[in-house]
Amino acid sequence: MIDVNVSLSRWPFRRLPLDETPRLVERLQEKGVTQAWAGSFDALLHEDMAGANARLAEECATAGEGILLPFGSVNPNLPDWEEDLRRCAEEHGMRGIRLHPDWHQYRLDDPAVPRLLDLAGEQGLIVQITLLMEDERTRHPLVSLEKVDAAPLVTLAKERPELSLILLNSQRVLRGALQGELAAAGVCFDIAMQEGVGGIRKLMDQVPFEQILFGSHAPFFYFESAELKLRESELGETIRSAIERGNAEKVSGGRS
Amino acid sequence: MIWDLHCHLSGVEGRTPHERMARLIDYADRMNVDRLVVFMGMRWSTDPGPDDLRRQNDDVLEAISHWADRAFGFAYVSPKHIDASLEEIDRCIRNGPMLGIKLWVAQKCSDESIDALIKEVAGLKGAIYQHTWLKVTGNQPGESTPLDLARLAQRHPDVPLICGHSGGDWERGIRAIRPYSNVSIGTGGFDPTAGMMEMAVRELGPDRIIYGSDMGGRSLASQLAKVQGADIPAAARRQILGGNLRRMLLPILREKGIST
Repeated sequence: MIDVNVSLSRWPFRRLPLDETPRLVERLQEKGVTQAWAGSFDALLHEDMAGANARLAEECATAGEGILLPFGSVNPNLPDWEEDLRRCAEEHGMRGIRLHPDWHQYRLDDPAVPRLLDLAGEQGLIVQITLLMEDERTRHPLVSLEKVDAAPLVTLAKERPELSLILLNSQRVLRGALQGELAAAGVCFDIAMQEGVGGIRKLMDQVPFEQILFGSHAPFFYFESAELKLRESELGETIRSAIERGNAEKVSGGRS
Repeated sequence: MIWDLHCHLSGVEGRTPHERMARLIDYADRMNVDRLVVFMGMRWSTDPGPDDLRRQNDDVLEAISHWADRAFGFAYVSPKHIDASLEEIDRCIRNGPMLGIKLWVAQKCSDESIDALIKEVAGLKGAIYQHTWLKVTGNQPGESTPLDLARLAQRHPDVPLICGHSGGDWERGIRAIRPYSNVSIGTGGFDPTAGMMEMAVRELGPDRIIYGSDMGGRSLASQLAKVQGADIPAAARRQILGGNLRRMLLPILREKGIST
């Protein structure tokens, strides 16, 4: 199983049961996860993004038991963000990066975004965009974030068919036809925030199963939420296997 | 044994309550859920009048009529319509198969007008489920918070009450009802944020926590994960998944001669 949506370090507002990397890795391994794509909670608020990314890479290398792949973050609102992206690819050998437009306070129609996507594409990096970290109703009262408008991504994705673009935690944010338009543009989606009974089957009404990836949002969410969704929907072995692993392997080009 | 406190006739296909109930049972079977408590959901009505209350409850009566061994019903009532709600309690609980009431967002439960309903249902040994949320984005005008439920619990210290959604913002919700031993939390209808169940067991004890899903708007998977993924003792897990709800409902089940 490949989990494309885990995070390391500390959630800023509470301790989480599995926020020590060895404990998270142990749980992932118990569940049959052989590869997990890890961002860092530090990336949400830290402005020394290079430091956060270096720690993430180090943590994955030393405590990841060979299953954690670091996905560093880039904040295009920070000066010289291009260097952070370069280091993710060239110094840390990362397979991808993770963006947080709501926490980093930029819109996806910001002129920096296409440039960021192009540079990531040139480096062969997968780009994950986290649309939401938690239900906006339960945020800490000091945190006021603008909801991400994902509509500009339709054109951005169409113009970059070679770029691997994944939306994480998207389903509370995306409404109506936009999800289908993004899927038609080649965007992939994880299942962490897919809700509703039989949720994966419902997601498949909008998104081809080949573009659905297993993502747990652990340790912020209980890992078992995503795991049990695979049982809740009647998927059959082919689709289940693709969502559990095969689709992520294709996105990463078979590299680990 | 898994009993689900919180299910609606929504989020599944079906033109009739009967058809939708069959789909809910399919999902329950897939996830090893033995019993479902059902209220509302063929259509949503946040501030229902007497006719609407009756229609909503008719839907549930129809839905559970073919599933006596799997499904229970709670009657939807409103403190804005006391007489009509008392009639529904009579019709659906005293003289019908339902086991409790669902209170939603028409009026805050801290308002004393609700007391007549609470006393009536308590007299029947029925369960009382009150929706609560603490939204940093702002509640609806009649939407109760766990603090409203705490005030209700103070007025009725001997009546078991269920704090729906654990208040949504569970870190505050659990604290708000913690002093009131007659209040349990329902765990359905909010994201599977890790640490929730561990805090609830630590602060309330495992006997004041009742698993529910809020299916079909919510996933059974995401809601079961809060219990099955939590670092809590196995005995606590069993209590939360079914033991506590069964214990709460047992008196009225016995009165109705319903075997579990």
